[in-house]
Amino acid sequence: MRYGETGYNLEIDLATGNIERVETDPKLLETHLGGLGTSVKLHWDRVPADVKPFDDENMMIFSSGILNATPAFSANRSVVTFMSPESDLLAYPMMGGFWSAELKYSGYDKVIFHNKSPKWVYIWINNDKVEIRDASHLVGRGALETQDLIRRELNQPNAQVAAIGPAGEHKCFTASIEQGRSSASRLGGGAVMGDKKLKAVAVRGTKDINLFNGEAFMQEMKDMMQYINFRNANPIPDVMTILSGIGSPQEMVHTDEKWHTENFMWGNARTRRRGFWDEKINEEWPRVQREGIKRLISCFNCPQHCGALISYKDTPRYMAKCFGKLTYAMASYVDSMDFAWKTLQRATEYGFDSFSTPQILAFAVELQEAGILTDKDFAGTSTYPACPSDKEGRFLWLLDRVAHREGIGDVLANGVYQAARIIGNGAEAFDHNTIKKHEQLPLKLGTMDPLYYLMYSTNEKISITQIEGNWPQGAFPTMEQREAFVKDWPQLPDESWKKWLLEWEPRGEKGIPYFPTPEISAEIVDWMEMLHNIDDACCVCAGMSSFCLKPPYHIHNYPKIISAATGLDLDEGSLKKIVNRSRNLHRALNNRRGMTRADEKPPEDHWKRRFPELEENLLSTYYRFKGWDQNGVPTKARLHELDLDYVAEDLEKRGIIKDGQD
Amino acid sequence: MAKIKKKVKTIKVDADKCNGCRGCEIVCSAFHSTPRYSGINPARSRIQIIRDPLKDIWLPVFAGEYTPAECMGRDKYIIDGKEYDECTFCRATCPSRDIFKEPDSGLPLKCDMCEDDPPREKPMCVEWCLNDVLVYEEREEEVEEGLEAEDVEVGLSSMIDKYGMDKITDALARMSQKG
Repeated sequence: MRYGETGYNLEIDLATGNIERVETDPKLLETHLGGLGTSVKLHWDRVPADVKPFDDENMMIFSSGILNATPAFSANRSVVTFMSPESDLLAYPMMGGFWSAELKYSGYDKVIFHNKSPKWVYIWINNDKVEIRDASHLVGRGALETQDLIRRELNQPNAQVAAIGPAGEHKCFTASIEQGRSSASRLGGGAVMGDKKLKAVAVRGTKDINLFNGEAFMQEMKDMMQYINFRNANPIPDVMTILSGIGSPQEMVHTDEKWHTENFMWGNARTRRRGFWDEKINEEWPRVQREGIKRLISCFNCPQHCGALISYKDTPRYMAKCFGKLTYAMASYVDSMDFAWKTLQRATEYGFDSFSTPQILAFAVELQEAGILTDKDFAGTSTYPACPSDKEGRFLWLLDRVAHREGIGDVLANGVYQAARIIGNGAEAFDHNTIKKHEQLPLKLGTMDPLYYLMYSTNEKISITQIEGNWPQGAFPTMEQREAFVKDWPQLPDESWKKWLLEWEPRGEKGIPYFPTPEISAEIVDWMEMLHNIDDACCVCAGMSSFCLKPPYHIHNYPKIISAATGLDLDEGSLKKIVNRSRNLHRALNNRRGMTRADEKPPEDHWKRRFPELEENLLSTYYRFKGWDQNGVPTKARLHELDLDYVAEDLEKRGIIKDGQD
Repeated sequence: MAKIKKKVKTIKVDADKCNGCRGCEIVCSAFHSTPRYSGINPARSRIQIIRDPLKDIWLPVFAGEYTPAECMGRDKYIIDGKEYDECTFCRATCPSRDIFKEPDSGLPLKCDMCEDDPPREKPMCVEWCLNDVLVYEEREEEVEEGLEAEDVEVGLSSMIDKYGMDKITDALARMSQKG
């Protein structure tokens, strides 16, 4: 009997229609756990390094993690892996919701898609019955609309459906995979689904998941429940509201957006609008936000309220979460929450990543204003009208064009980095907020921050929001605040780390960019990243773990929880070794695809005050700490330590690891 | 018949507070698995969240009695403008629908309020609902003494309803011969 995991994957060849239920090697649980860990292993083993995102061989995996479908709080993520059309590296956007639990109750840990379907299809997984079904009638339908149509067609109200909208069908590089209130958004998974002519994956299961030691597992969860209740009743003081609680950012609950609207940049990550949140806005935006929210909702087995059912005026109902409520209004400089709710609905049905997409549209507006895009780019045709001149109309027009790859939309749909190079004529200068060809949060700050420098530069996730988390974003101004913060901080790997927070000053010698020092920064960033890697193998929501301050899950309770679920005999050291193995395999995979040190840098204008020498030192120190050479490639010794000699051999053959290189 | 005191156990459901997480389904199935907490399967849960997200419907319903035949007619409620599917509020394990049946055998499930020895303070679903959707209440009532069907009888009666007494008697005879 298998515990925690089901022990089976589904392998579906979309070209031939062959479907197989394949038992997995139980040893993989010991070496890579599950979720992202085992998915990375499958990509390394099976996908040749020269496979391009829209090649037949770009295998796509929808995976659950080892704690999904158990009583583990907030273990509800699904991780989707594929070579990204934006970055050309292995992407792993994750979605919450209920999909991964249903997959495991159906008896599978992963669904692995090979090749492309000759016609539009969707997949229906119901325990032992798995069907490839015609989806020609769903083409052109919205991502949310499709989910309901499939549920009705199957007469399965409890089926969970992950679907793409028109943006995915048209292979827009920022197309998301939508599922209820959740989405796997970043880096173009929707485009890869579209390329495979895979409109949706529906799943409903009624089988058991076994726990190795249920009593011990439930005791861990009881303790965690008490802590969740405590944290919900006791927000952390002296940090901004959004960081004070647990869960993904409670953007549907919180209505005071002074911080986001005045600190994040408007337009194409361009303008900071200090003083925006005035008295009028402070009355209007919270009111309109509340007007749109019908109910606060959560994902599978999570007590928080990160999502909401949106029922706003005559806009069709949809579900939302996180920062998407602001991104379209801010990117378009439209000072209206009314516009925000309405536009987000349209974008959600199109199936768009609400972080990257608004920046692409704002980038187009900047190019128009700079005269790089001209009237003919904004002209109408027999099938669509010319671009309106008002800000709202122009933004929606651009959204429509990109979603359907019409006119200039066909170029913009490739993301800011690639569109800038296709357009040329100076457009490259307007691509100032991407890392590894991927749009970042619209943030531009003052002084280079060593922790953020490393996180931006080096993580395979690429987007910062899912790298950071456990360490405070900035130093506390007073010693009293620092002492209060460290007093109750059992999540830290070691008590001695507290002194770093106590010493950390907002400015001066013990402030950024010099403190934390490169050595300390390396330890902190490695720790935060390691927590994300554990979450991603378990498919626990980072909002209850690696992405928030003082979270319910941490390095001290994780080994006990995973051991009770799976029967593995884990301690902190052995768990860390497993996720380090997966993390280094992921890095090696991206190195094999050409990623080098030269790619590891934040946008030039991310900080006003840069320190080139210090930054190089940071990166070098971090590479050494990780056991990577100075080109960011894991060393032979490091790979050997992690039982990855076969990876070292492969990299050596390709000349990526060179003789005598440390 | 003599009067006896009966403990009436109620779970008060404040459905408007439900965030739809289905934690109640998970822990119910865990509690009722053998050995306890060894297996998880919401389809075996004796509480089900009836969900229709875009209609703003998240309604926890507990498994009630098994019924061999469906009602002569059905009911359909519209409350606060929300139209619920037929029989949504009914707790019966009924031939008209799939819920509250063991997914493999089809045998009926019934909420037992997590009866345990020693008794639990409250049912698992209530303990695990951190949004106070489910609140447990107890009171005593005086009732006439009666006999309640045992679990085995409930299961057997439903099998008899499905296959007829003869087949079940034959099956039992065969099984007892095999030892």
